[in-house]
Amino acid sequence: MSDLHPEKWDIEINAKSSLLDLKFKDIWHYRDLLVLLVRRDFISFYKQTILGPVWFFVQPVITILFYTLIFGNLAGIPVDGLPKPLFYLAGTIIWNYFADCLNKTSTVFKDNAGILGKVYFPRLIMPLSIVLSNLIRFAVQFLLFIILYIIFVLKGEHIVPNAAALLLPLLIVMIASLGLGLGMIISAVTTKYRDIAFVVAFGVPLLMYATTVIYPLSVAQTKYPKYSWLIKFNPITAVIETFRYGLLGKGSFSWELLTYSIISTILILLVGIVIFNKVEKTFVDTV
Amino acid sequence: MSKAIKVENLSKAYQLGDFGTGTISRDLERFWARMRGKEDPFLKIGEINDRTTKGESDVVWSLNDINFEVEQGDAVGIIGRNGAGKSTLLKVLSRVTSPTTGSVKLRGRIASLLEVGTGFHPELSGRENIYLNGAILGMRKAEIKRKFDEIVSFSGVERYIDTPVKRYSSGMYVRLAFAVAAHLESEILIVDEVLAVGDAEFQKKCLGKMGQVSRNEGRTVLFVSHNMAAVKTLCTRGIVLANGQLIYENKQLEAVSFYQTNNNTRSTFEHHDDLSSAPGNENIRVLKFIIQPLTGESISMSTGVCFEMVFFNQKAGINLDATFELRNSDEIPVFHNGVLISTNNNSKTGFYTIKCTIPPNLLNAGNYSFKLIFGENQRYLLFGADDFIGFEVENESKGSNSSLAPGVIHPNLDFTVSYQS
Repeated sequence: MSDLHPEKWDIEINAKSSLLDLKFKDIWHYRDLLVLLVRRDFISFYKQTILGPVWFFVQPVITILFYTLIFGNLAGIPVDGLPKPLFYLAGTIIWNYFADCLNKTSTVFKDNAGILGKVYFPRLIMPLSIVLSNLIRFAVQFLLFIILYIIFVLKGEHIVPNAAALLLPLLIVMIASLGLGLGMIISAVTTKYRDIAFVVAFGVPLLMYATTVIYPLSVAQTKYPKYSWLIKFNPITAVIETFRYGLLGKGSFSWELLTYSIISTILILLVGIVIFNKVEKTFVDTV
Repeated sequence: MSKAIKVENLSKAYQLGDFGTGTISRDLERFWARMRGKEDPFLKIGEINDRTTKGESDVVWSLNDINFEVEQGDAVGIIGRNGAGKSTLLKVLSRVTSPTTGSVKLRGRIASLLEVGTGFHPELSGRENIYLNGAILGMRKAEIKRKFDEIVSFSGVERYIDTPVKRYSSGMYVRLAFAVAAHLESEILIVDEVLAVGDAEFQKKCLGKMGQVSRNEGRTVLFVSHNMAAVKTLCTRGIVLANGQLIYENKQLEAVSFYQTNNNTRSTFEHHDDLSSAPGNENIRVLKFIIQPLTGESISMSTGVCFEMVFFNQKAGINLDATFELRNSDEIPVFHNGVLISTNNNSKTGFYTIKCTIPPNLLNAGNYSFKLIFGENQRYLLFGADDFIGFEVENESKGSNSSLAPGVIHPNLDFTVSYQS
């Protein structure tokens, strides 16, 4: 009988499953959860504050103020002849988006052990919601960038955007993927061994100095011609340089550097997803 | 009827102890073994999971080769002592963690309620949390919208629905959380002890809702509880787990009674060794506790019960008293009666014997356990022991009806019947 009518089951739980079974169907079914989680993050961010969403602006404004004073004026690092606040803001908002995605994703299992240990939903929803929540922050900060941009143009600064600005959506996807991918790799390791969490805590702020946030790539190349490959090797550099080149008209843009960055982003993201997928099945037992 | 759940050779191993510097070398060893396609060297020893004894290996099998099937529409109670593997089984079934070996096959959507209020965010309002929690449990937004009013009225917190849940009382919080979960539209519902929350009225409401879910809507329910009364009323079948193994499966009443008799078999206790190792403390040592029928060989409903306790008292010159609390298998106290042993501060150091009888035709059939409390001046605890000793009252068939009558007691009552036309 059973041979004639093979039993049909909707869900099968097995000890092992294929590494690349990413359960996109499940994720699609839970898309409302994704939206609600993003909403939750956004709302709970400014609950019980007087200024509300204005706080999204405060952090980058203060940051670029300090960067302008210390790196721009005190240390005198040249900025390709651009207005300093605009130069720093361009680097900062991209770097912040990356760092926020990375930090939050790398502790996703630990932070959400309560929920994840009690209910099943596609685990990938959690890091995806982090990336989307931070995208909203990025959008708000990008708005600040546009405002500052218009102010400087009205003041008569010579800023000319070019066609590379059209790459903006790609740059955003790249930076999100980098944060997500690296974060997922780290999250997988930290479920069992917390050591990496310490490295992340001091490593991410240091990594910023190996990225062209507070200086342009051209300066690094002229000052340290031998070691500038290290900065180029960092895939975030290409994203920031392309962003500045496209929107501000100055910066080091090359297709080779961008292509290298795209390839490494895809690799990091793939490795991240596969590792995450493997760990999510049993992390409850070890976290 | 078709099968809703099929569990085959399901096992789950856990590693005991801490993950520290010592474990990375072992992880590498395991990884290397798996790479060569060999068996995991640390999972070979199939030790039984008994938390009370110290084992040889630090890998423990919380579930060991479990096999069972559940028909669609069945309400299955999963019972067992703490650490028997109940929660692990539910975790595997609800896909929170995956099994070490074996497989589970499910038909239909599955929703699990391992804890109420999972994912509630304290800063969000009740309304926002209903949506969020519903989505976490797998509901679509449109589905929640459709049921929103029903959920709110079931929870009974209409007035606070736009207030952040951090301002809720714990009872309101739980009510709202259960209300969301109870309105899930899944073919299989998994529930773990969530009924131990809320006030009596709400607990009743929850039990009623769960009964409705399985009986009227034909959905399959898996229910883990220590509350045998709830298992009896809610479930249609029962599964008994012990030390990670499935030891009994039958209709719910049989499963519950199997669990209770196997969990509670002592009915005499005698201590022969020296005083210092007898149960008790520096004040009191209990040396003997015998429970037997007043008449006949075994205790049944009409035989009555006689119990005798011998203990050694250390505290001289106080007002000593002893209290016996009898509880049935649903943990309901049947009586809580005490005896004043000395009233004029004249207790003596030495052996005391207390005898007492419970009259025939009083206790209903079932399992009982004694709780002992020794006190001074009826105020200060000298020694207490929960579940010190247990015994069983056998059922007696009366007339054509041989099934167990409900009720805490079952006295012989004189009914007078008169008829008027």
